Order: sequence, then C-alpha cells, then structure tokens
Amino acid sequence: MSSEKMTPSEQIRTIIATDCGSTTTKAILIERQGDEYRLIERGEAPTTVEAPFEDVTMGVRNAVSEIEELTGREFLDEDGVITQRESDERGCDLYLSTSSAGGGLQMMVAGVVKTMTTESAERAALGAGAIVMDAIAVDDGRMNHEKVNRIRDLRPDMILLSGGIDGGTISHVAEIAELIATADPKPRLGATYRLPVIYAGNKDARSHIDETLGDKADLRMVDNLRPVLEREVLGPAREEIHNLFMEHVMAQAPGYDKLMEWTDAAIMPTPGAVGMGIQNVADQYDIEIIGVDIGGATTDVFSVFMGTFNRTVSANLGMSYSICNVLLEAGLDNIYRWLPLDVDPADLRNRIRNKMIRPTTIPHTLEELIVEQAIAREALRMALEHHKTLASGLKGVKETDRDASTTFREVDTHTDTLVNMMTVSMILGSGGALSHAPRRVQSAYMMLDAFQPEGVTELAVDSIFMMPQLGVLSGVHAQAAAQVFERDCLIRLGTVISPVQRPNARERDLADAAALELTVSKPDGGEIEESIEFGDMKRIDLAEDQVVRASIDPGRHWDVGEGYGRTVETEIRGGVAGLILDARGRPLDLPDDDVERRRQLLRWIEELDVYPSDALSAYVDNGREA
Amino acid sequence: MAHAYTPGLKVSASETVRKERRLPLPGDVLVQEGDLVEPHQVVARTDIPGDPESLNIANLLGVEPEDIGEAMLVQEGDEVEKGQIIARTIAFFGLLKNEQRAPVSGTVEMISGVSGQVVFRAEPTPLEVEAYISGRVREVMPNEGVVIETAGAFIQGIFGVGGERLGEISILADAPDQQLDASAITEACRDKIIVIGSLASSEILHRAADVGAVGVVAGGVIDEDLVDYLGYDIGVAITGHEKIPVTLVLTEGFGPVPIADKTFELLQELEGRIASMSGATQIRAGVMRPEIICPDADLGEDFVDVGGDELAGGLVVGTPIRIIRQPYFGYLAEVTELPSALQEVESEATVRVLRARLMDGTEVLVPRANVEIIEGRSSLAK
Repeated sequence: MSSEKMTPSEQIRTIIATDCGSTTTKAILIERQGDEYRLIERGEAPTTVEAPFEDVTMGVRNAVSEIEELTGREFLDEDGVITQRESDERGCDLYLSTSSAGGGLQMMVAGVVKTMTTESAERAALGAGAIVMDAIAVDDGRMNHEKVNRIRDLRPDMILLSGGIDGGTISHVAEIAELIATADPKPRLGATYRLPVIYAGNKDARSHIDETLGDKADLRMVDNLRPVLEREVLGPAREEIHNLFMEHVMAQAPGYDKLMEWTDAAIMPTPGAVGMGIQNVADQYDIEIIGVDIGGATTDVFSVFMGTFNRTVSANLGMSYSICNVLLEAGLDNIYRWLPLDVDPADLRNRIRNKMIRPTTIPHTLEELIVEQAIAREALRMALEHHKTLASGLKGVKETDRDASTTFREVDTHTDTLVNMMTVSMILGSGGALSHAPRRVQSAYMMLDAFQPEGVTELAVDSIFMMPQLGVLSGVHAQAAAQVFERDCLIRLGTVISPVQRPNARERDLADAAALELTVSKPDGGEIEESIEFGDMKRIDLAEDQVVRASIDPGRHWDVGEGYGRTVETEIRGGVAGLILDARGRPLDLPDDDVERRRQLLRWIEELDVYPSDALSAYVDNGREA
Repeated sequence: MAHAYTPGLKVSASETVRKERRLPLPGDVLVQEGDLVEPHQVVARTDIPGDPESLNIANLLGVEPEDIGEAMLVQEGDEVEKGQIIARTIAFFGLLKNEQRAPVSGTVEMISGVSGQVVFRAEPTPLEVEAYISGRVREVMPNEGVVIETAGAFIQGIFGVGGERLGEISILADAPDQQLDASAITEACRDKIIVIGSLASSEILHRAADVGAVGVVAGGVIDEDLVDYLGYDIGVAITGHEKIPVTLVLTEGFGPVPIADKTFELLQELEGRIASMSGATQIRAGVMRPEIICPDADLGEDFVDVGGDELAGGLVVGTPIRIIRQPYFGYLAEVTELPSALQEVESEATVRVLRARLMDGTEVLVPRANVEIIEGRSSLAK
C-alpha cells in the first residue's frame, strides 16, 4: 500500500477498484464526467488464489485487462496497476481492492458469558467482515476438552478474546485464555507465524493474559468490548482485526504482498467493505436499512437500526454450495409452500441435490427458476431470523426503574431485536438470486415474501454487486462512492406498502372493508386513487425517477406505521417494479390446502406479472392433467 | 468470462495420478523418495496429543486460586497415573483432609494460580497414514507426509460418501442404464467394488453392506435413499468422513441416471482389477470429487509418466458433452454450434448458449453453464 503517492481527492478523475472474490475477481472503472462520477466499464476473471496459479494478482490483471480491452486504454504495466495517470489513455489516479478470496477472514471468538461478552465479540468480528467459525464461552455447555479440541481443529486466522468488565473478576477470562493456551492453535495459512490473538476483555487481566498467551500467540491488547455491562465498544477491536487482516492473513495469502503494494489504501475484507457501504447509505439518507447478500455458500445480512450497525453471516445458507443446507434447515414443506406448481417432492429433493453438486448451473426452464426462487425465499427468511437474534440490544443489562409506588423493579429492556420491519425504510438486496433475476419484479416479490416488510418500504437491488468496491472507495473518496452508488449501482425496484392487521382481528372484520385506500398526487397534478382488500396484492406503475406524495389511509384494523386506522402522509419513490400494495397481512399465512395455496399464489403472480404467463400456464396445465 | 462452462469430470484409462498423503500434525515419514509402496503400507506416523482434562482444584479443595500451589503434590510437566493423588489440603491438625486425584494418566500441563485450574494431558495416541494407492513415492515432505505417484486408470465421480477403500472391481450391471434389484448383490460381492448401473437404491446399499462389499459405483441415487442409508441428511457437500461400511461413488448425480457410456465401458475393461476408491467430496473453492484409481498391474521401477493433467481445450463444435440441468439432465450430446450472441431461454434469463445433438439425433439449445465436457482418454487400448 502506498498512500503517500495518493492523488489529492479533488484531482482524482479515474478510479479502478477490484474485489477478489472466492471464485471471481471483479474490476470496475469509475470516472468523473463533468461534475459527477460514473461507472464506465467492468471486467471479470476467475480468481487465482488457488493452485495451479497461487497468485491473486493474476486474476486482478485479467479482470483489469478486460476493462483495457473494452475501453482501448492502458491500466496495467509490468509493475501492476498504473496509479500515476499519465494521460487520458494511460493509468488511473486511484486503485483500491477488497478481498474474500481463499475463504475470507475466518475467526474464532471467545468470551466468558455466551449471551454477553461472547456475543459482543461475535458482533465485533462479524462487523469487521469475518466469518465466525465458532464462539467459545465458559458457559456454552461444552466440556473443556471439547472446547480445546475445537480450537485446535478449526485453525482460524485469528482469535478475538473478551470477557469481564473492567475492574471485575479475572478468573473466568483467565480460564478461557488458559484453554486457548492449552489448545496451542495453529493459523490456517502459513505454518511459520504465530496465531494472532486480540485481547479485548477486562483490562485488569492483561498481565495474566500476557503470561498465559504471550509466548504462544501474537498477542494484541485493545480496549475492553464491554468496559461496563451497559456499554459495548466495538471500534478498537474491529480496527485491530482489520490491521491484523492486512498484516497476517493477507500477507500469507498467495500474491497479496504484491497486491498490497499496488493499492492506494488498505485492502478490506469484502463483507467489511459492503458493511461500510450499507452504513453510508443509512447515514446519507438518514434511514434504517437492511442489506442482504445471498451467495452460493453464505448469506450475509447487514442492518442499521437506531444508528447501530450489525452484520451477520449465515455461513451455511446459500444457493449453490449450501443449497442442501437450506433444504435441511427449512424443511421441504417450507420450500414447497412457495411453489405455484405441482412438483413431485422427491423429484424436488433430487433437483436441489443436483444443484449442490453442480453449483454453476443456471435455471433453463421456468419451472427450474420458480424452484430456485422458492429456495431463495427460505434462505433469505432464515438469514434474517438469524440476524434478528444477534442484532439486539445488550443482553443481561438490567435497568432500575422506580415506579409510582416507589418500590424498585427490574426491567429487562434489552433482549429484543433492534430489527424493526415497520421502521425499516429500505431493503437492499444483492447476490445472484436477487441481482440477476430475469424480471426485476421477481426480486421484489422474493424479498416481500422472505422479509415481510411492514408499512412503507423501498426495495432495491445492487445491479452488478459493486457494493464491496464502493464501500472501500467511500473511505477514500466518499463523493465518488455516493454518486456511483446512486446512479449506477442501485436499481430501485419500487416501494411496497404493507398494512399490518390488528393481532387477533377476526377475518370477517378484516374482510369487511378495504385494508387501505391510497391517494397519490403526481407532480404533473394528476392523482391516482387505489384501494386494496385483505388478501390481495396490486402493482401500480410508477417509474424509477418519480417521487410522489401519497396519503395512505388504512382501515381501522390496519396499521401502516402510525397506528391502527391512522393515515400516513409520505413521499413515495417509484421503481422498475412500480408501487406494490401488499394486503396479505403479517405474518403471511398461506392456505394449508395445496390446491387452494397454489391458486392463491398464481393469483398474486398474475397480479404482479412475476412470470411469463404463457410458459407458466403450460406448467399449470401439465400439473392438472397429471 | 472466457470459460463459461464447467470443466468435466475426468474419466481416463491412462493417467498419472498423484496423491498427497499428509499427517495432520508433524511426525515421521517412514518411506523414501523412489520407494514402491502398496495401498495398505504405512507411509507416515505421528502421535496425536491426548485430550486435555481440566479440574478446578481451587474449587474442589475450597481454597483461593492463588493458594493452590501449596496444595499441589505434583508440578507442571510431571507424569501422573489416573487416580494418583495430586493435591491435598489438611485442616484442623490433620483431622480434615481433602484430596484430589488425577482424572487421566498423562502429564500435568498447567497449574493456574489465577483461575485455580489444573490441566492434565492424556497420553498421546498414535496415528498412521497409509499409501492408499500402489505406486512410487514421488516426493517426501519432511515430517509432514509424501506424494505418491502412480499410473493407471482414473475415474472421477460427481458425488460420494464414505472413506478410502481397496477392492476388486466387479461389474454387476449388463448396461449403464440398468436398474438392479437388491437380490443381484450376493456373497460373491464380498470385498469387491461393485458397479451396479443407474441407481443405488437403499436396499442395494444395505445389502452391499450386509454381504461385505467395500464400494458401490452407480449413476445416481434417490436423495431419500441416501438419507436412509446414512441415517441423517447432508447439509453441505463435504463428505468422506461418514462411518459407513460401503463407500458410494455416483458418476452422474441424484435420481436414476445411466452411467455415462465412456465411464461404464472403462469400468468394464477394469473388471477384476484391484482399485482404490474414495467417496470424499468437497464442493467449494478447491473442489474435491470422489474417485476410483486403478493403478497399472506392473508398476516397475521405471514406469513412465503418461501425463494426463492437460485440460480439455474448451468447447468447440464436436466436443462431447454431458448436460447437467433440466430439462435435459443426464443426456449426453455433441456440440453442433456455439452462437456468440447471448440468447434468452425459457426462464427469460439471457445467457450464453450452445446447440447440441443428443444421442437420438435431436438438436437442443442449452445454456453453456449447464453442460460439462467429457474429458480424458477413453480406452485402455489407447
């Protein structure tokens, strides 16, 4: 990394950014045109971390050379990416990269109490972009020798050790440190260096931790993650994780020493960069947001609620390598319920297995696409459930509250999740299943079913998965990152309005009147008036660049954010899928009877124009004959 | 991307195969470069440190952690026998005695005056790595293991379960698409790797285990039959460690699928020969497929490197392919045209496609991502 040579921000015109993924290395070229930065070209090539190449820079060269071919310009010489722009035709001003190649950053966390310090450590590691292989705690229910074997077997890239509040007891965190010392773990990459261990626990235990682990590990001390019970301080630990990622993990991975010399800023772990991008969006628009990246092996969920950023990785929920795990965890019935077609369950299981063993194949027939999108719904649903459990307030914190009778009572206010589907303003999806769905409305419909947003929510997808590059760019040139995100990365699918019914409301009361009535005032003076009944969905055309005033008047048993029966006045933005009204109720309840359920699904699919009707009819008719 | 197709599974009559045999921890390598080895020959050995066992002596004796040093009768590094008294406190002039005993035989690894824990390390257990295939030691990795090289037939499957096995290849199916009944598995299959056609049913797998067969090779398996045989469901495709008596290698996938003709014909040619097989599969970056390796009968000192590592040249008109996704899943075909423009398929995805002629002469259009090249040298005669 050669930051001293970096061009001043205002003079930066041409930017190259790469993301070295586990299978593909993606390069983008960004350039200032007039007053704004735009994506000019992109290129990709297979990642070259593994044998026989074992040099990540080969993949980077190939991806960048694709951009060279497409633009007829030069960005590479024998020393790498040319970061001193010599002319309009040669070189760039800034080169950045992210990486998740070679398995990304794999960490183990350890703490004292599973739901307290260990969970804080997990949040710190995940937020830094790591995969958490295991979380060890004094009270995790495993025998000590089992924990030791686990630490030894996993061979993480680093360990984050936490435990105890400052000034509290040191014996428990000492016990965990002793377990780590006993395991004498070896790092995954490079046999010659000592495993990095970051200690972020009770500061009074530092000398004992040093005695126990100082000789066996590359020990780093940072501020306590939980200096007091009521406060979580994740920043210093996350920063140290990033430092160690550069110093150790990247330095050991093949070719990264070279790549680090090429880049103008530190290489970030891909999910860490995506998280940074998501936080920027939340800050820029001052909104609460959920971001999701559904990959082949894992599904990452990011969120910002009440100003708090969280990230989780559902390590075994994905659409190819891990697709059978989606089947295993969700169960066949949960996948089957999203299918509007009569598919033989045994055949469905075989197909899912075949996708696992041949992960690069794509749906050729409509039926195959529908099956994959059903599986994606379950992967997304479970990933968000997982996220909700970790994106929570600090557990174990008791607040003392004096009530009217002046007696003391303890209120546990912090066990609930921060994720609030009513207040979330935007859900941003990426990953093959969402970014590459043949019709954009399919992405919107999948996210609607899987996440079941409430009230007014904007839906969007990342067009070509540029979030990693834009995340790392935002740390160096925020303006360029924001402009490219807005103009070239974000595809606005549209806004969905989902009224939520009163719990225990009788079905006949819900069906009695419209779930909501909507009046949209268009900028040209025109008005759209719509209403929707319980159980229905509607799609209204509203173009991507249109922002309109809307008055949403829910029925007396329905809430769109302000309470039951209370009108919401708001601005609504259109998108490629327009404005969607979803009055199916929350939680979404599908009929138990298969025939009735399929009929219901087909009705919604038709209303939203999700699939080509001719091809779909052919499958439906085939099913009937069968 | 330049290579938007799946490299095929290798099915080759003549191939140089190298297998790395590595210890999980440093140890001793027992053979030398150039040595000829047999499959069951031990090539490297190490001792796996015993499991640690910890006791919180401070709690057990009712003393403060910093005081346990006075109570300990052994020191770090001492060897102890299970049941040996290792710590003692005496109170009230010897009237109250509290003693603690070693939970395992081994060594005292740590005595902590902070947590009050004492960690014992049980005695190490030896671990041996066998050669797995007959061949020659190509390379010795000091303290770590060896690379064994052999020449012979090499067949990669698409998915497997079960560990490394050695047995004689026996062909039970008359044709690659035959679905056998479990009654075809007889006592004659004991210690054999049996090739059974298009489907390994649950009955066949259980029957093969009952008669003592070591391996089953089939085109496909019904997902639920595999779950039944294993006794649990597989979530992520990382296999090879299952504790099952018969290793299964699928050449094509899930569901009844005929074994590809080329694979079946090669297996027929290998009938009666001794082969090594493994079901270990990892479908991740650094993919690992199950395999059947049948070294040539006479591996003299000077067997020649027959190569075989070259990748197929890519898709061209005439390339034999296997279609690996519906609606033509499992069909074999030959590429007839490679249009360069992207085309929309039924799912409305716009993708790179190819045209291919199926075995029955039908011309079909399929996404390039949904085919794999059939690779390797097809016959022992070549």
